[in-house]
Amino acid sequence: MAKYQLNVNGQRKEVSVDPSTPLLWVLREDLKMTGTKYGCGVSACGACTVHVAGVATRSCVVPVSLIGERPVVTIEGISQDPVGRAVQNAWVEKDVVQCGYCQSGQIMSAVALLKHTPKPTDTNIDESMGGNICRCATYVRIREAIKTASQQAT
Amino acid sequence: MPRIRAACLLVSAFLLAFGAWMIVSNTRGQARDGRRSAASRTQGLAAWEQVYSVLTHPRCINCHTATNYPQQGDERRRHVANVVRGPEGKGVPALNCAGCHQETNADSTGVPGGHNWHLAPLSMKWQDLNDRPLSSAAVCRAVTDRSKNHNLDGPGLLKHHEEEALVHWAWNPGRRPDGTMRTLPPMTHQEFVASTRRWVEAGTPCPPLGR
Repeated sequence: MAKYQLNVNGQRKEVSVDPSTPLLWVLREDLKMTGTKYGCGVSACGACTVHVAGVATRSCVVPVSLIGERPVVTIEGISQDPVGRAVQNAWVEKDVVQCGYCQSGQIMSAVALLKHTPKPTDTNIDESMGGNICRCATYVRIREAIKTASQQAT
Repeated sequence: MPRIRAACLLVSAFLLAFGAWMIVSNTRGQARDGRRSAASRTQGLAAWEQVYSVLTHPRCINCHTATNYPQQGDERRRHVANVVRGPEGKGVPALNCAGCHQETNADSTGVPGGHNWHLAPLSMKWQDLNDRPLSSAAVCRAVTDRSKNHNLDGPGLLKHHEEEALVHWAWNPGRRPDGTMRTLPPMTHQEFVASTRRWVEAGTPCPPLGR
């Protein structure tokens, strides 16, 4: 076990965990922040996406020992960001969610895309969101919501 | 007069003998140089084949693709999660290499890592579009073409093989998700650098195309 000082959604959080513990487990089990979901556990589905120093990161495969000082933003904190707020509003407006399990990861990836590419093309959306799987196949509404958020955020 | 004629004959004979010696000596020298050059080229080509055996190992060639995606595993399957190359070989926003691949290997989760994880540029592709490794001759030409290799000359290539972090990673690739160790290239890094040095010292010769 080792102690880590994490910066999560702008707040300092101290955890005492095994260094090999994936960030996802620390968020969900130790910090009780269950908005970030466990999907595949091997970075293939995107449900566990959070931002680490602004980079959309698969928290299920990154050990907490490799996070260091880099700030972590989760779905619980994304509305503090204007782009994040625009994406969440667009998600509601377009009624994107069906079962909802993958959607926190979808939103985190969409925010990362829009922060880098404010006016994404369909190709940009396909490539950037291609790693986020939705078993309800809400992909068409996700695309619409990203375009709506793109207009609202700029 | 007879003495002068004799002297002239003697000088002529001497010059003739000297000239003949020079020709024979020069021919022998050229043959020796030719043999040495051929030996050097032969040794250089043999060293290149050692280098090529490393470059086409999955730890290296998986990120030297000709396609829009990297590969993974010894079977060189397409990378999971629909990862794409992106404009700088580092993925795209929301799906960057760095979104999983950290500065070091993550052995507890089986994700490899290293500084500045990225795909090699398309100019350094060592495969065709069907993911088949290019021939030794073709890879050699790509590697030595300074318009394709970031303008590296022989010593620059040697330095790249000696010092580049992602080259070193190939010999420290960490564990797979199932906990087993990833396979290593067919020789040690030290042997790889020594082979590169022999190849560079021989003038970076390449096998003829068509092989």
